[in-house]
Amino acid sequence: MEKTIAGKNITVNEEGYLTDFSQWDEKVGEALAAEASITLSARHWEIVKYLQNEHKNQVALSIRRIGKSGVTDIKEFYQLFPNAPLKTATKIAGIPKPASCI
Amino acid sequence: MANHLHHHLKHPDWEITIIDEREEHHYQPGYLFLPFDIYAPEDIIKTIEEFIPKEVKLVNNNITRILPADNKIELSGGSELVYDILIIATGAKIAPEETEGMKGSEWQKSVFDFYTFEGSLALRNKLRHWEGGKLVVHITEMPIKCPVAPLEFAFLADSFFKHKHMRDKVEITYVTPLSGAFTKPKATEALEHLLHEKGINIEPDFAIEKVDNEKKEIVDYGGRVIPFDLLVTVPTNKGDELMERSGMGDDLNYVPTHKATLQSINHANIFVLGDASNIPASKAGSVAHFEAEILTDNILRFVHGEPLKEEFDGHANCFIETGNGKALLIDFNYTHEPVEGSFPFAGIGPLRLLKESRMNHMGKLAFRWIYWNVLLKGTHIPFVSATMSEKGKHYA
Repeated sequence: MEKTIAGKNITVNEEGYLTDFSQWDEKVGEALAAEASITLSARHWEIVKYLQNEHKNQVALSIRRIGKSGVTDIKEFYQLFPNAPLKTATKIAGIPKPASCI
Repeated sequence: MANHLHHHLKHPDWEITIIDEREEHHYQPGYLFLPFDIYAPEDIIKTIEEFIPKEVKLVNNNITRILPADNKIELSGGSELVYDILIIATGAKIAPEETEGMKGSEWQKSVFDFYTFEGSLALRNKLRHWEGGKLVVHITEMPIKCPVAPLEFAFLADSFFKHKHMRDKVEITYVTPLSGAFTKPKATEALEHLLHEKGINIEPDFAIEKVDNEKKEIVDYGGRVIPFDLLVTVPTNKGDELMERSGMGDDLNYVPTHKATLQSINHANIFVLGDASNIPASKAGSVAHFEAEILTDNILRFVHGEPLKEEFDGHANCFIETGNGKALLIDFNYTHEPVEGSFPFAGIGPLRLLKESRMNHMGKLAFRWIYWNVLLKGTHIPFVSATMSEKGKHYA
């Protein structure tokens, strides 16, 4: 379905995840963060960029791998993106919700 | 696999060897029933030897290392074995040491697992005398073997305490890192309805940081705290350490594997069966069974120099015990989530998909007999195909 994010028409799925990464830009990321009551700091951006890069390289994302990535640790990841950090952070990053759960 | 392959790969051209570190084979689904005194230890343990075809050699030993570049296996004691084709089926194991405090002073006192024989038996002895309180059923992280087992444990616990006339003394909470009861939406809806009906609380999105043994509580990275009197946890699952020693595993010691052919990504003459692989299918016995049928074909193709078939679709078929002599059945694959319907005959059943029934429960209990007498012998289950059938299912 279509949704207006940061003044742009964006295609999202029923859970609000972007379905086409080419529609993502930093303004869209900020708007999605605001929906989750998060103001993106430099640390947030480092993690968002890291997630986008991992996704581009087709690496399956999991909390465990992010904890061992060297980019952040799990404790900080939770502080930056409270409650369900991987779900929130991937949504802001414009990439699919990780399908690590089978 | 040995039971399948020895019909095709015959002496003297071929020699099939099974290396197993244990002398007993455990019916692992039985670990779920042992704590509730539904099964006894002798129901779920048999010697491995009785299932090995006589043309196949069984070596009872530990493997020190696999040397894939040299097509060699190094055994404990220093002897070596050379192979043309290797099938890895080393499974997944619990790793409670991955979570701070899990294997602390309360381990097997008020903190239990039921994914090992020892854990399940210790829990049985605890439950026989437990007087009630807060029972927390917990999953540490995904993926785990048999993702429905912790739910079944919660359902069976509800039923167990009802029969002991002490359900009012037990508060059951189901704690999961997932955002709902299960990984697939339609099944989650049905299962959450059942949890609610049975008065079981659910705490989703819980990523455990540590077990506090003194305060008897579990704490997550976001600071959420859940107190327990009895914690039944499914610790982190990992592949065998042999993969780490051999440099063949990912960060959880699972072997990178092609999800449709079951060939290892890095070595053409190595194939991976069951929980040992990293394919995005459920780590369930039914999956290994369906894989075995497809893998047999692919190994024969490999032997004849033919291209492998990309046939495995992630098919899983799981009974879910829901307590009080009933069960659900789910049937799904990589692309199709579990839905309602009938199985294995469209419109007839006799098993019902995603609905509680007594017949499903009989199916689950009959499965132990099928396992020992049909599956291990490599016999095909009538009417159930290795790839999933969409017939008789109510997809939206």
